[in-house]
Amino acid sequence: MMDETHAPILEVRDLAVTYGGVVQALRGVDITVGEGSVVALLGSNGAGKTTLLRTLSGTLKLHKGRVESGEVRYRGSSLKGRDPARCVADGLVQVPEGRRIFSRLTVEENLKAGGLGAKDKSTRAPAQERVYDLFPVLADRRTQRAGLLSGGEQQMLAIGRGLMAGPKLLLLDEPSLGLAPRIIGQIGEVIREINRQGTSVLLVEQNATMALGVADTAFVLDVGKVSLQGPAVELAQSDAVQRLYLGHGAEETEAAAPRAGTRKTLARWKA
Amino acid sequence: MNQFLSLLLNGLSLGAIYALIALGFVIIFKASEVVTFMQGSLLLLGAYLIARLSEPIGFWAAAAVGIVGTAAAAVLVERLLISRLRGAPVISLAILTIGVDLIILTEITRRIGSDILNVGHPWGGDAVSIGGVGITTNRALAIVVAGILIGAFFIAFKFSSWGIAMRAAAEDGEAAALMGIRLGWVSMVAWLVAGVLAAVAGLFATGSPTPGVTPAIWAVALAALPAAILGGLDSTGGALVGGLIIGVATAMAAGYQDQIAFLGRGFGEVVPYVVMVAVLLVRPSGLFGTRDVTRV
Ligand SMILES: Nc1ncnc2c1ncn2[C@@H]1O[C@H](COP(=O)(O)OP(=O)(O)OP(=O)(O)O)[C@@H](O)[C@H]1O
Ligand SMILES: [Mg+2]
Repeated sequence: MMDETHAPILEVRDLAVTYGGVVQALRGVDITVGEGSVVALLGSNGAGKTTLLRTLSGTLKLHKGRVESGEVRYRGSSLKGRDPARCVADGLVQVPEGRRIFSRLTVEENLKAGGLGAKDKSTRAPAQERVYDLFPVLADRRTQRAGLLSGGEQQMLAIGRGLMAGPKLLLLDEPSLGLAPRIIGQIGEVIREINRQGTSVLLVEQNATMALGVADTAFVLDVGKVSLQGPAVELAQSDAVQRLYLGHGAEETEAAAPRAGTRKTLARWKA
Repeated sequence: MNQFLSLLLNGLSLGAIYALIALGFVIIFKASEVVTFMQGSLLLLGAYLIARLSEPIGFWAAAAVGIVGTAAAAVLVERLLISRLRGAPVISLAILTIGVDLIILTEITRRIGSDILNVGHPWGGDAVSIGGVGITTNRALAIVVAGILIGAFFIAFKFSSWGIAMRAAAEDGEAAALMGIRLGWVSMVAWLVAGVLAAVAGLFATGSPTPGVTPAIWAVALAALPAAILGGLDSTGGALVGGLIIGVATAMAAGYQDQIAFLGRGFGEVVPYVVMVAVLLVRPSGLFGTRDVTRV
């Protein structure tokens, strides 16, 4: 298995997280991401997937969340109390759910913003070239306002922006959210390519077909706890995953679309 | 015609001073989501420091110390109060800034008493003539210096890392944090810049034809507030345009007061607010306020 051939880049042990001291979002989660691997994290709405990523990226505090117990080790050292800026500088980058690109900035400015947290400024130019290679469509529209991109292009920009800081471990939160099947396929390809170029990936998804197709290992999160785990191919064949995720694959993509719409309006009101 | 041009020129210089204050207001709003009401006391603090120090250490050194001191005061407020109350209701933070404003205003008023402090501008009460239109050197310099400062700001805002960080943070703070942008740093720099702009505005607002520093110059910020709002609270370009509009309108109303006497004496003082209300009735989010570019 993955874990034996690769030293883990990320180890989550017995992690419990609450919001506002009342809502228990995670209750004793154990997850390992092997160096150089793609790990899928599946789970339905409210399972705690985003909460886990927030804990890793240091943004839990922005949501009044708190780690109650457990430990997270990234590249051998504890993430406890590490702020988001240091996480990014250390190569741990989260691409947020719902894309959250800066719509009033141009495509290129979005990428520049993504590079601001990089430890080494000299890596910014090559990183930008790499992003444009990976997403030629972004290069074509570099001077356009990001808000004018299509949903799929915005997701590519969000991923590209995340790559600008030169991540060693990339955390992707539901990149398929609200996208058409063909675009989801492209996103899957891109994730594979990013991984091939040497970045480990923790992929949070509700679209199990895409995620299990890309990942080496997978975990299923169920109301704050890991309920299933194993190699992606085995999990794809397991009864539980077939029943819970793959059986409803088509409906899920449909259901995700209006949800993306609501989120966007909320973000607008907040801004 | 000549009177018109003269009023226009003087209005523009007044507007340049308003624009400095309005710009500070907008920068702080974008970076910290705080509607600040302490620009008036920062302006007064800057002018007061320069006036008090220009005797012992000379005007230029005093100007430098005054500007740095005012910026430091703004940063102090941000660090000690605003940054610790991140997430508090917008109204509470606004009222907090009113409180701080009153404290500074009261203290400086006590120190000045009924005096008029002389700032000691090297250009004193000189006047220049531009194309046959007269203006005090002080007011002409205000246009030039404000133009340079605002231009530099726009270049930095558009191209520098700080500018990109600030615009990203203003649009989506959490997403910006996920990019490794330090929100606290962005906010602190914004207050620093606003402090510098307020002190520079204070430096020129207390020069000829204004006799010197009195607590009354605090009210300059009251005219700049509508400038920021009519420009569109979150638009830096709007702050500039709004400042100039208010400046020119105020100068015109004062210059032609005999012709508009039917509106009542003292109409000049309320002009900024009249203009603001008129603009808001037509465009509720101000001239350049955010209208989203989201795809439909
Ligand atoms: N900011 C918050 N404050 C309070 N409770 C929260 C907050 N964010 C999430 N929660 C709660 O924590 C639990 C886990 O939420 P989380 O967003 O991590 O789920 P998720 O698996 O990402 O779901 P989705 O697929 O809908 O994004 C839910 O019960 C949710 O209501
Ligand atoms: Mg989520």
